[in-house]
Amino acid sequence: MAKISFILNGEEVSVEADPLKRLLDVLREDFEALGVKEGCGEGECGACSVILDGKLVNSCMVPLGAAEGADIVTPEGLRETEKGKVIVESFADTGAVQCGFCTPGMMMAAEALLEKNNNPDESEIREALSGNLCRCTGYDLIVKGVKVSAERGKDLW
Amino acid sequence: MVNSYRPTTLPEALKLMETRDMIPFAGGTDLMVKYQSWKGTLPRFPKDVLFLNHIPSLKKIEVNGETLAIGAGATLSDVIDYPRTPDILREAVLSIAAPGIRNIATLAGNICNASPAGDSICALYALDASVILSKSGGERELPLPEFITGPGKTSLGRGELLTEVRIPLKEANLQVFRKVGTRKANALSKLSFSAVAEIKGGTIDGIALAFGAVGPTVVRSKELEKKLTGKTLEEIKVLYKDIIDDYSAMIVPIDDQRSTAVYRKQVALNLLKNFLESGLLKEMQ
Repeated sequence: MAKISFILNGEEVSVEADPLKRLLDVLREDFEALGVKEGCGEGECGACSVILDGKLVNSCMVPLGAAEGADIVTPEGLRETEKGKVIVESFADTGAVQCGFCTPGMMMAAEALLEKNNNPDESEIREALSGNLCRCTGYDLIVKGVKVSAERGKDLW
Repeated sequence: MVNSYRPTTLPEALKLMETRDMIPFAGGTDLMVKYQSWKGTLPRFPKDVLFLNHIPSLKKIEVNGETLAIGAGATLSDVIDYPRTPDILREAVLSIAAPGIRNIATLAGNICNASPAGDSICALYALDASVILSKSGGERELPLPEFITGPGKTSLGRGELLTEVRIPLKEANLQVFRKVGTRKANALSKLSFSAVAEIKGGTIDGIALAFGAVGPTVVRSKELEKKLTGKTLEEIKVLYKDIIDDYSAMIVPIDDQRSTAVYRKQVALNLLKNFLESGLLKEMQ
């Protein structure tokens, strides 16, 4: 066990836990960040995506010890921001959400993309979402959701 | 009870490696899968874990003279973003997993995992890469083919850490990387192919051809490459059948859950033919 500190959604936090505990489990169990989902647990599905030091990562692949001192944003943090609200509304309006399990991860991937590229074309969107699996939509509406987010948020990103 | 350590300098990490038998943990994207346990429980590492991602000096990528030096903490995304990364390595790294994994996983980790299907490894063979192995009180440099000794096996010694990947930056106006997998993202290779060549005045000035996931380690023959060096377009056309036959004799893949030996061999040779017929000939005409 060790006391490990990091920044969670803009707030300095610390937790007493085994440094080998998965960040995914720390976020869900110790901080009730239930928007972070566990799908495959092996880095294939992207449901557990968070943004760590500005980069999209699969939180099931990151032990707490590797995240010490990092700046972490979860879906709970993203949805409180102006950018997050644009993504939430755009996803809802385009029908990008069906069962919803992949949606928080998709939104994190969308935010990570738009931070780097605020006017992505379709192939850039598909590449940015390539690590996030959705078993309902067939992806087209999610791609559209990201496209609409970029249009509506062009003054934000 | 497994312990973990988070050193912030390389000497500190090497000292820890000297005193205990530990698993070096850079990005950890292979290790976390290998040692995963029941959902919601701790991964089951068989030994103590040494985190390397808090060591800033290992994250460096730089060019020293004519050599590209990639630190063991540099992620695959860092390698993609670095402007002087050779095109073929960038292509190979872009074919690995997806952005969320590439933001964590390291090039050094892809090498140390030593999977026959490691995509960066195939390109690094063709680029004549070497690795720096450090321990307290010294370091040694090994050519990549001497470092990787078999599937999952390397010649990393007790107390050693792979700290840097070195790539000689040579002129190469033709660079081709091809990966064959089940889908575009998040797929492990059925096989891969790398070609690096410098064509000057209609002749082959230098060439390297490497095949991944068709044997226990990457298949490359300097002997066959020597045969091709100095040849003109006309001479390559005459040699064509011999080249294919020579490589055919060297490529002896296996059946596994991802593909079959027959498919792997056929496609590897097709990629070679495609390279000779379109890539190479186009560049030489």
